[in-house]
Amino acid sequence: MTDINATREPGRLGRVWNSNFVYSFRKNPVAVVSMAIFLLIAAAALLAPWLAPVDPYDPSLFDIMDSELPPVWSDSGDSRFLFGTDDQGRDLWSAILYGTRLSLIIGLCAVALQALLGISIGLIAGYVGGRTDSLLMRLADIQLSFSTLMVAIIFLAVTQAMFGSETFNQYAVFMLIAVIGVAEWPQYARTVRATVLAEKKKEYVDSARVLGFGPLRIMVRHILPNSLSPIFVISTVQVANAIISEASLSFLGLGMPPSQPSLGSLISSGFDYIFSGSWWITAIPGVVLVVLVLVINLLGDWMRDVLNPKLYKG
Amino acid sequence: MLAYLVKRVFQAIAVMFAISLISFAIQDNLGDPLRELVGQSVSEEVRQQLRDELGLNDSFLQQYLRFVGNALQGDLGTSYFFKEPALDVILKKLPATLELVFAATLIIIGLSVPLGVYTAIKPNNILSRTIMGLSIVGISIPVFLTAILMIFIFAVGLRWLPSYGRGEIVPVWGSWETNFATVDGWLHILLPAVALASIMLPLFVRLIRAEMMEVLQSEYVKYARAKGISPRRIYFVHALKNTLLPVITVGGVQIGTMVAYTILTETVFQWPGMGFMFLEAVNRVDTPLIVAYLIVVGFIFVVTNTIVDLIYGLVNPTVNIARMGA
Repeated sequence: MTDINATREPGRLGRVWNSNFVYSFRKNPVAVVSMAIFLLIAAAALLAPWLAPVDPYDPSLFDIMDSELPPVWSDSGDSRFLFGTDDQGRDLWSAILYGTRLSLIIGLCAVALQALLGISIGLIAGYVGGRTDSLLMRLADIQLSFSTLMVAIIFLAVTQAMFGSETFNQYAVFMLIAVIGVAEWPQYARTVRATVLAEKKKEYVDSARVLGFGPLRIMVRHILPNSLSPIFVISTVQVANAIISEASLSFLGLGMPPSQPSLGSLISSGFDYIFSGSWWITAIPGVVLVVLVLVINLLGDWMRDVLNPKLYKG
Repeated sequence: MLAYLVKRVFQAIAVMFAISLISFAIQDNLGDPLRELVGQSVSEEVRQQLRDELGLNDSFLQQYLRFVGNALQGDLGTSYFFKEPALDVILKKLPATLELVFAATLIIIGLSVPLGVYTAIKPNNILSRTIMGLSIVGISIPVFLTAILMIFIFAVGLRWLPSYGRGEIVPVWGSWETNFATVDGWLHILLPAVALASIMLPLFVRLIRAEMMEVLQSEYVKYARAKGISPRRIYFVHALKNTLLPVITVGGVQIGTMVAYTILTETVFQWPGMGFMFLEAVNRVDTPLIVAYLIVVGFIFVVTNTIVDLIYGLVNPTVNIARMGA
């Protein structure tokens, strides 16, 4: 009796495992290491409330006598504080965990907003064409010509001056997501529009139209799934950029307040102390920020090579 | 071409109009000019009278038109803090910022062209791989962190270079004082300029490399090779020329971005330029100065973008001008 199961099709997981995409990932050590580091950072950020020894948002837990203690491995380090403390006596390790979480949340949500806006506008511009298209793309050009950082700085500075820092600090997370999210939509819109223009001419779109499907269904169910790979590629770069933008804005005092610090605000609060030798308050969050952004960029680079070599032009 | 030019200029005017509307809305809602003028201790009647005199009770349209009229004559209000016309305050700070941008641009051009060409010609060589690896690290470090790192190493650690201010500056013309005339000035501008350049340099190396690699695949380069022209001439005369066009376009747009990054660099190095001044103005809620900065920076963006677009249209014969103007 022959065993039928011996030559059966690999299961769903097996097919994913052997697909080109995953294969090239497995064969690329840089991508694997980057992914591992990214998952590690993301897990640490996600589990921050359980990993952190103290709650960095509760000032009643800090003791000013503990301020500016160096990390454990230096001579005058204190075993209670792995990465030392900041100027208020806050445990830096806990602050970094919570800060990374904030930076990641803001980065991911801002990019989700960019993608939502940009993909919808790109789909409409590409599919409808004509006047709508040229108007939307002109708007995209204008929006792109103003650097995101500039727009964000001015918008946040004006809102902060208008509502006072107390109200501003309360809504800082949402403001950051909104401003970074809105300012970068053209990145998505342009890419999606270009792919839609190419896809629109293909036969499957014609046949969908002949079958009597409405434009919305064709755009979302038929064209969009075929435009996903460039969207993935820009998304990684956009997340890295959004995290950098958030850090820059917080560094300028236009983002997360020192009482609820993201990585950028931690670096900023430490900057005043590097001249007196307390380098760790700036350096450790700085290293975390750079590593986080770097691994995302490396993953983006790898993905760009695999999914769409033509996009390489930058 | 003329139609394209007119459309481009028209678009620039439309954008400036939008910026003026936003600026006016900010001026209208941010802070109270009366309080800045007379303080709190004035009776309500006198306040009303003053409001009438200042035209604060006029309709929105009247106030806006007056705002634009004044702006066109160079009057952007008086800074609450400096007690000077806001435009004058900004123009005094402008040279410091422009010199910083200029120095950074020199660094970027000087390094990105050779590095980009080299990595394109020898893509698999170890040095090229190192350069490309470093470029992605460069992109991943925020500009303020590069600045802090450099201060930490060169100013706090080694004590080679100063960490703040412009140092010894020499007046050139009007309010323009230059850093480039003295050794002290050069030493002061070095760190901020490198920090500012650090964010753009990797981008340009990658862009030049990608464009150059594409050009090197083209038919005319193959033909030049077949004709026996020396590789050096092919790379630098035939290929590089055609690489530079997209680089110029991106470069023009990035000048605007650099202005944004000057805010970060100037804050870290306490460089007395526009960006540093803007953040101070925000902290003091100095509305006229905030509005003036917005208009001046918006103007810089619009002018550079329009000029870049026009040059691109002029230089590149393959640009379909009619389509671009649509």
